[in-house]
Amino acid sequence: MSEATLPTAVATPPVEAKEETPFRRFARSFFEDRLAAFGLGLFVVIVLLALAAPLIAPQNPYDLASVDVMDSRLPPGDVAGEGFTMWLGSDGVGRDLLSGILYGLRISLMVGAFSGILAASVGMAIGLIAAYAGGRTENIIMRIVDLQLSLPSVLVALILVAALGKGVDKIIIALVMVQWAYYARTVRGSALVERRKEYVEAAQSLGLSHARTVFRHILPNCLAPVIVIVTVQTAHAISLEATLSFLGVGLPQTEPSLGVLIANGFQYMLSGKYWISVFPGIALLLTIVSINLVGDRLRDVLNPRLEK
Amino acid sequence: MLAFVLRRLAQALFVIAAMLVIVFFGVNVVGDPIYMLISPEMDQQQIAETARALGLDRPIWEQFLIFLKNAVQGDLGRSFVHGESAIKLILHRMPATLELAFVALFMAILIGLPLGLYAGLKPESRISRLIMAISILGFSLPTFWVGLMLILTFAVSLGWLPATGRGPTVSILGIDTSLLSLKGWQHVALPALNLALLKISLVIRLARAGAREAALMDYVKFARAKGLSQSRIIGVHILKNIMIPIVTVLGLEFGSLVAFSVVTETIFAWPGMGRLLLEAITRLDRPVIVAYVMVVVVLFVTINLLVDLIYSALDPRVRLTEATS
Amino acid sequence: MEKISKIGLKGLKAALLAAPVMVAAGVASAQELRIGISAELSAMDPHYHNVSPNNMLARHIYEPLVGQDEKQTLKPLLAESWKAIDDTTWEFKLRQGVKFHDGTPFTADDVIATMQRAPNVPKSPSSFSAYVRGKEFSKVDDFTIRVKTATPAPLVPTDLSTFGIIPAKCKDTTTEDFNLGKCTTGGTGAYKQAEYVAGDRVVLTPNENYWGGKEPWSKVTFRMITSAPTRVAALLAGDIDVIENVPTSDVARLKGDAKLSVASTVSNRVIYFHMDHFREVSPFIKGKDGSEIKNPLQNLKVRQALSMAINRPAIVERIMEKEAIPAGQLLPDGFFGTSKKLKPVAFDLNGAKKLLAEAGYPNGFKMKLHGPTNRYLNDTKIIEAVAQMFSRLGIETEVETLPSANFFTRASQGGQGNVPEFSFILVGWGAGTGESSDSLKALLATFDPPKGMGATNRGRYSNKAFDAKLEEALRTVDDAKRDLALAEAMEIGMNDVGLIPTHYQLNTWASRKGVKVQARTDEYTLATGIRKE
Repeated sequence: MSEATLPTAVATPPVEAKEETPFRRFARSFFEDRLAAFGLGLFVVIVLLALAAPLIAPQNPYDLASVDVMDSRLPPGDVAGEGFTMWLGSDGVGRDLLSGILYGLRISLMVGAFSGILAASVGMAIGLIAAYAGGRTENIIMRIVDLQLSLPSVLVALILVAALGKGVDKIIIALVMVQWAYYARTVRGSALVERRKEYVEAAQSLGLSHARTVFRHILPNCLAPVIVIVTVQTAHAISLEATLSFLGVGLPQTEPSLGVLIANGFQYMLSGKYWISVFPGIALLLTIVSINLVGDRLRDVLNPRLEK
Repeated sequence: MLAFVLRRLAQALFVIAAMLVIVFFGVNVVGDPIYMLISPEMDQQQIAETARALGLDRPIWEQFLIFLKNAVQGDLGRSFVHGESAIKLILHRMPATLELAFVALFMAILIGLPLGLYAGLKPESRISRLIMAISILGFSLPTFWVGLMLILTFAVSLGWLPATGRGPTVSILGIDTSLLSLKGWQHVALPALNLALLKISLVIRLARAGAREAALMDYVKFARAKGLSQSRIIGVHILKNIMIPIVTVLGLEFGSLVAFSVVTETIFAWPGMGRLLLEAITRLDRPVIVAYVMVVVVLFVTINLLVDLIYSALDPRVRLTEATS
Repeated sequence: MEKISKIGLKGLKAALLAAPVMVAAGVASAQELRIGISAELSAMDPHYHNVSPNNMLARHIYEPLVGQDEKQTLKPLLAESWKAIDDTTWEFKLRQGVKFHDGTPFTADDVIATMQRAPNVPKSPSSFSAYVRGKEFSKVDDFTIRVKTATPAPLVPTDLSTFGIIPAKCKDTTTEDFNLGKCTTGGTGAYKQAEYVAGDRVVLTPNENYWGGKEPWSKVTFRMITSAPTRVAALLAGDIDVIENVPTSDVARLKGDAKLSVASTVSNRVIYFHMDHFREVSPFIKGKDGSEIKNPLQNLKVRQALSMAINRPAIVERIMEKEAIPAGQLLPDGFFGTSKKLKPVAFDLNGAKKLLAEAGYPNGFKMKLHGPTNRYLNDTKIIEAVAQMFSRLGIETEVETLPSANFFTRASQGGQGNVPEFSFILVGWGAGTGESSDSLKALLATFDPPKGMGATNRGRYSNKAFDAKLEEALRTVDDAKRDLALAEAMEIGMNDVGLIPTHYQLNTWASRKGVKVQARTDEYTLATGIRKE
């Protein structure tokens, strides 16, 4: 959630041991931590649930013909007018919460993933350009990155969304705008280190094209830190989207993400209809915690500095 | 040194200019402020009158030029809603926000540091694992959600603390503060805790990492070999070593505390500038949004600059020239 | 600002207050009243911004000539009586012996000065000019004022009930100085301005020499708490004594709490749907196959079918949690200028389907509804519920909700040529004047800017018979005749389904036991209407 939690100096993976492939070694080391393994498992389950939502949800919560206002605010376990049981109750317009959460997960995960991938691509490209071009270009890019990082993401996103308007696309744009700089900085750092290494010099002296050098040699070696950032930033993006939606500048109400569901249920908290806000809240929490658990472990595994 | 400071200021001007253009034209795309201002009963003649009075009848680029002209003369415009100088409105609300952020910052250190130290020195213990698990939870919980839970628990159910608002303020050396009375502290406790939550997790992690590294350092091993007591080792050697990064990071994080106060202030009805911003966004009060952006950017640039200067004073190895690699 | 020496005592008191038992007992200094209001006011200048929170607060300090009681019926205030001398002249007799806060006597000169200032406050985001425009004020003697108009103006007393009278001495005081309390002469009201912290609170102290008698409160604090759950939590935690605008979801719980009481009354606010009457092809309506079709909303039978397909009792029961009343016209029964014949259209899905088929749309069509978020109570939920109901009628309905700022701009002028953009929108209307002419003029009269008609007619509904009836009413000074004419105009508009009303909101207040709030139709929370029990 916070900028400073990112290690600024995530180094490349340790030199591989002889008997194991790097991936196996990495996996073994990752699963040593049972909490992280649990996190990964949880995350996989959540993603599968989200993907399978149209198949397993009792109701399509976006199809207004199947949602009935007469079913509104039913407590968990009540039976809807159409005959199915609402295991998690229903919200203020009669939407089955279990279905709402499953579909909401899709939107939240999609927003997180899309913004993460886009921000990573944009940020990496800019970072590589900076590292490779050097000189004035690099200087200007890195100053912009510094400035971007010095402004809190929630504020930048808030102002951007205020200026851009509501909508999934706009939220994603805003999230990309607040995230790209992390990637740019990290990739540039790693790329600078890689560039000086012998294999790059060798590649260049062999007359390989710049693009080939970048994509075949420099990029793969910057991936470790980027993976760590992707996980942390995805969690951050999902949480940020929920916060913006809560503040009323996020996603539209009619096809709610988890954040919108929570915000909508907020007004029922004091009246004792806890389920409308609590269940989506738990879903959001589990999602973010699972990603953070994975990210946390990845950071430890991929960062050799703390290994004894 | 001076060149460094000047360059930083030039950069700040650049961000301000960029944000300004985005905000100024962006707000215009979202909607016409006039519909957020007028009473719904007003007829077209009055809408036109109001637009003229506020200069909203001109094309947007003309409004922008007028704004620039005034800005150069130090006038950032008047709030459409309040009719007062936008910058004055913000500065008036700033002390409440800064107060909240400071209390949150101290809470973060007070709670986070001991927990983090413990986790760093006894990494294998059960309690340490619990602390780290909680810190992940702290990162993951959305601020707004925790805010209402705090109100529900401590104000509504238990009735220990007030749910909203700021305590009575007292002016000292021209600064308004509510921290000189018990009532003031009761009011600030919940919102500050809410705001501090993320930073507590952060401090725990920084302290743990620092302690783990420091414990492996030669001088600590040496101190141990010399038979110094555990508390002295922690208190003097380790703490001293990890305070610099913590203070630095927290200095930088102060900005994000101020930013996140938008959420906390809304939930706890805390009369700071975050609420002012949110209100301005919903009402399209462009001058206030623009002025807020300027104030905040200036604030952050100043904080970053100060942190850099202090850091270089603490650690002479850091040079203040910006090397390219 | 408080003196530092007081802190110790304050702290002690605060510590006592924090104990839950004490809070429940309502120890909060018996004389002090703390009110949580739902909107931020923009200034303490009574003429700066014509919006509810400002007007409501100003009412405590600066009284208008004519008052409105809790049902918005006009009542004497600074004017003891008024009468129409002829069709274009009104005479107001002022109350004698009234003094401003500093003791300056109130006379006709103050009224004249106010009339000069009210429409001309610089940079006003929404001025009072509409209520003063076209009126010529003259002083007959120190306690008599005459108002001349060019055309018959039955609404002069209503217009003059909207803003407060300031002392002539303060006629050049700026808005900023009003905020700082520099109009030290004050108003004639029951309370004096003690402190104003923008966006946070207003503190009032009683006017000991108020002509209407002494107030029971030694201090009244209005706290601006815009987040609804926070407002409720603040009441439950004992931070404040009274809250306004109780969210519908919490009313039941608060009613069940022995330590609290709830007061409510029907509001002057109607929630309704406006629809595109003016385009041959409406942008958000398509055939089932996605093709362009002729605007079905121009067909009366379609409009009737849509109105009939809305299950109003279900909205009231399930969405508004019974904190609303189904609506059949623009103002609740009993308000001036409403019809006794109009009832809420009964829900009849089969009847609606039949009408739709008769109109030539047996298979329905596609339509997108638009609405604002966080503008009216449960706005998003209402529009989703109505979309569900239309879906059952066979109309493939989509919903798009937008932040108010964006919505109202587009709904008013977002289309090609600055016309309303949407096809079918959810909106609300509060009748600030407490009678129906205002609503009819703004919402249903043919759009005509020079005449000030149809200003908020976002469907561009136009009906000659309606316009004629309304104009007749607006010329009629006789109250009984005007009441009848307005009711008839209302019947024409409603029977032609110029718009579709769904429900009237209830205005609800909750307070600590022992504090009784007088519920008002105009949503105002007035300390003068809050009493100890």
